[in-house]
Amino acid sequence: MSVNADVKTADGGAASEFWSGARACVPVLVAVFPFGLLFGALAVDNGFSVGEAVLMSAIVYGGASQMVGIELFGQQIAPWLIVFSILAVNFRHVLYSGAFGRRIRHWSGVQQALGFFLLSDPQFAETERKAEDGHPVSFAWYMGFGAPVWAAWVIETALGGYFGGLVSDPHAIGLDFLLPIYFLGLVMGFRKRPLWLPVVLASSVASILAYKFVGSPWHVSIGAAAGILLAAVVSPTDVRKETDA
Amino acid sequence: MSTTVWIILAGAVVTYLTRIGGHLVLSRFERIHPRVEAGLNAVPAAVLTTLVAPSVLSAGPAELIALAVAGLVALRGGMMAMFLSGAAVLIVLRYFIG
Repeated sequence: MSVNADVKTADGGAASEFWSGARACVPVLVAVFPFGLLFGALAVDNGFSVGEAVLMSAIVYGGASQMVGIELFGQQIAPWLIVFSILAVNFRHVLYSGAFGRRIRHWSGVQQALGFFLLSDPQFAETERKAEDGHPVSFAWYMGFGAPVWAAWVIETALGGYFGGLVSDPHAIGLDFLLPIYFLGLVMGFRKRPLWLPVVLASSVASILAYKFVGSPWHVSIGAAAGILLAAVVSPTDVRKETDA
Repeated sequence: MSTTVWIILAGAVVTYLTRIGGHLVLSRFERIHPRVEAGLNAVPAAVLTTLVAPSVLSAGPAELIALAVAGLVALRGGMMAMFLSGAAVLIVLRYFIG
């Protein structure tokens, strides 16, 4: 309903799309806030300057991989191995990228290039949810969601770098467990998709086994592969129904 | 430039390649096989699950109850309600049972 209105009034539509994206990103800002501070503080602790920490947040823009990167940096590991570890932690984005590319075929080349840069976990999940409701994903909405999250991440890194010991007892206020709760919410958001429960079960079991026997971060790729393969093998009869719906 | 800056730049390049790579590979094909399509539709649940599941291994009662409450709230409420209720339960339980 509101989609038609947006298409007709292009300017007002883009602005309202942007604000609708900005409203949707508020829970992400809350969930990620402590980790931006934490990354800044840890980075300086491990020998980065505040400027280097901010540069990393601005251009790598992937929390978990940045944490692994500075952890290894602090241990004086060979530079190529640090870069390889960042690649390993971020490898799941290859899967996001394949799925996300289908949603933005109507964007210009520059818009797509920027869109892939901002393709973080929450950005991907929210975009998929929006596409699922049958709304085309507009560049304005995508930036409304992504620009505040990116800016907050960079600013928090600087704050954490300057005021390192800000958080005295992260455990007491639950900081270390906010992200699993948040990611669980994202998983629940896809429960209407075909084969959701079997996919979640397969990926849970496979990622836990891989976490124990192979080690982090490979449990992400291995666990994801299990769920995706299951869907690909079992699904084809259901698929046509779903794409029409 | 310092080694640190080179590490950051290289890290940014490999990260960007992962974010655009899946699309570059898939866009070479004209038609996407239904099985691939089904696999792609499973990507969000499959990947995001792996970011939660291993944390259950190291979780105590406070964390498990918080996850359960958040999961139940997610069935009815929105993202914000789910997140805040999970966080509130976690903080209160940790206060009482450590």
